[in-house]
Amino acid sequence: MTAAQTRMKPKTQRLIMIGAAVAALIVAALLAMPALRQGAAYFYAPADLAAAEITPGQAIRLGGLVEEGSVARLPDGITMTFRVTDRLESVPVRYAGLVPDLFREGQGVIADGRMQPDGVFLADTLLAKHDENYMPPEVAEAVERAEAEAKARSAPAG
Amino acid sequence: MIPETGHFALWLAAALAVAQLFGGWHFLRRSEHEAALRLLVPAAAAQGILCLIAFAALIWAFAVSDFSVALVANNSHTAKPELYKLTGAWANHEGSMLLWVCVLAIFGAVAALRVRALGARFRARLIQTMGAIGLGFYAYLLISSNPFARLPNPPAEGAGLNPLLQDPGLAFHPPLLYLGYVGMSVTFAFAVAALIERQVGPLWARTVRPWVLTAWAFLTGGIMLGSFWAYYELGWGGWWFWDPVENASLMPWLAATALFHSVGVLAARDALRNWTILLAVAAFSFSMIGTFIVRSGLLTSVHSFAVDPERGLFLLTLLALYVGGALTLYAVRAGSVTHGAPFRPLSREGALVFNNLILSAILGVVFIGTLYPVVLEALGGGRVSVGPPYYESALMPLMLALLIVMAIGPFLRWRRSQTGAAARRMVPALVTAAIFAAVALAVGIRGVLTILGIAIAAWLGAASVMIVAGKGARRLSAASAGTAIAHLGVAITALGIAISAAGSSERITNLAPGETDRVAGFAVRLDGVEPVAGPNYTSVRGLISVLVDGRVMPLEPERRAFISPMQVTTETDILPLWTGNLYAVIGDNDAEGRWQVRLHWQPMIALIWIGGLIAAAGGLVGALAGGRRRRRERREAAQ
Repeated sequence: MTAAQTRMKPKTQRLIMIGAAVAALIVAALLAMPALRQGAAYFYAPADLAAAEITPGQAIRLGGLVEEGSVARLPDGITMTFRVTDRLESVPVRYAGLVPDLFREGQGVIADGRMQPDGVFLADTLLAKHDENYMPPEVAEAVERAEAEAKARSAPAG
Repeated sequence: MIPETGHFALWLAAALAVAQLFGGWHFLRRSEHEAALRLLVPAAAAQGILCLIAFAALIWAFAVSDFSVALVANNSHTAKPELYKLTGAWANHEGSMLLWVCVLAIFGAVAALRVRALGARFRARLIQTMGAIGLGFYAYLLISSNPFARLPNPPAEGAGLNPLLQDPGLAFHPPLLYLGYVGMSVTFAFAVAALIERQVGPLWARTVRPWVLTAWAFLTGGIMLGSFWAYYELGWGGWWFWDPVENASLMPWLAATALFHSVGVLAARDALRNWTILLAVAAFSFSMIGTFIVRSGLLTSVHSFAVDPERGLFLLTLLALYVGGALTLYAVRAGSVTHGAPFRPLSREGALVFNNLILSAILGVVFIGTLYPVVLEALGGGRVSVGPPYYESALMPLMLALLIVMAIGPFLRWRRSQTGAAARRMVPALVTAAIFAAVALAVGIRGVLTILGIAIAAWLGAASVMIVAGKGARRLSAASAGTAIAHLGVAITALGIAISAAGSSERITNLAPGETDRVAGFAVRLDGVEPVAGPNYTSVRGLISVLVDGRVMPLEPERRAFISPMQVTTETDILPLWTGNLYAVIGDNDAEGRWQVRLHWQPMIALIWIGGLIAAAGGLVGALAGGRRRRRERREAAQ
């Protein structure tokens, strides 16, 4: 124990405390930032996906409606394929596993996963909401936007 | 009539909250403390009783299926099992907010009756602050979320309750969680009263301590129960999803954990005055942020059942008012709260400061991850979701560091730096850690972080046991016992997390009756499926046999189709073994009569919840600490 430490003034102590608190903040930020860059998955609707350039393998979140008549199960009995649509574009999806209870054709779905080089979205998890009448806000918005765009496109022609 | 009685009781309680806030002001300005208390204490006590009456009225409406009450009509059904009719009272927005307010009023009443050690003036301020908090939430309930609203044309049958919520977990999870969340309001009121009266010191810390620990214990229990519920009910095999709603309960927990550790420093050494007050404000602020996140539907979440932006705005206003008010008061007064004693870095208090810094950093990481999507979207940066990879990579180093500090801290002495003696006392715990690491390697567990996690958790567990061993039962105080139990619980949870994360395996398969598959070395056979009729559902039950050490054990997962509302749910079945859990979910069948089955093997996963409950028990033991001293102080104050 040195003399300087024993005679530490409250003011010095306070400065050290503030310094330590700032250091904790910086550590939190340093840990959070790179993790956020890797761990945050952007949400895309099928129409966005067509426009955006997505690197295959990058974690993204795809949302829309399960296209009517598109759900099929592969012979292994586990892998299923379907298309996610926002009524403007649609994206083929492949998923191996048990589908959530509320997964149904024509209903909203959110898929976490990544695009394959062949243009198929490989889903790790599927989210269909707990509530029958509820559409995830992202999906509702995407469908609305796509419909508005479709209307705008057809307007000059008609 | 009974729903109207409940509604009226709520209005009366709100009126009493007004009386508490403004009447208190009137008397305190004239320094008539005793007169103020003669108004405030009965007002607070009556509020508690009135809220209980309101809550009982709502339960009654659900019990008798009174569909003229809109809430009952929208959320209940006559065919629902009796227990879920009752618990259904708080399985919806309005009912759960009523429960929230009810818990607030009861805490307010108990605090008004019991907090005497800090003098009449402080007590009056405390009750006044509780009234101010109550007022905002009564207004919220009565104006935007009235649980007793009647329907002009009541339907003959109710809409029913989401089947996922028809579970015994619902009976305990929300009430426990709210006891924790809302219990922090008392600590918040303590902080506000301390700032107004400039009364921050060891006596304040000792008085607030049982309140923080009790709320913390309830919150811990509530979070653990919620995690276990999600584990068996959602059927995803996980126990924590880093979902915004889960984070909403984790953030106040982290703040409260930091708080009672810094309260300990304040009580023993009269240091960290400002910081402790700030944490007390933060803990309840995060509780309110949590309520806001859950109730506003701000964030898409696996849990969000009710979504209403207008109510969100009301809650946000309340949040801004209370948090902003308390922080303004803090900014004005913190400078005048004189500073406590300085201390050495390698002492008990030094370790506790370090604990607080790490907990704050963890809180920061969770906060950033939870709100990043909202902020990014508000700035027009697109929609993102932040998932487990973010939290796991950012939090892992902090968690390991925290466990190490927890293992070392209790061996350091207050005031002194005796590193040599402390290091010698830690040898047995370190040996235990090495043994655990060796055993883990021997049974085939690999991965540097996993082995490190197991070793550190074992170190902490052994160190916690040694707190008791070192003192001997005779000299062991309730506070030390609480620390030892809670730390041991955390060590057990950490061990469960590390082992289950490293050793879990999953197998998704498609089986015809009679076919066999394997998961983690267990032979699993689908014997067949049978139809089952429940009270308000029909179900398909998979009959699965598992071969465990030469014995055949059953696993019977179900898929239930509920009639009202129309919804299918998966019911997992779990086979708990000493070494871990076998977990089965049954899915769809195909044209050839094969059934999808998902199987999980999760070694030692039960330790996660067992440890959590032990930690909560430690918190309650700690809350009893200092009871004798408090009673003596009260006697002396009375004389």
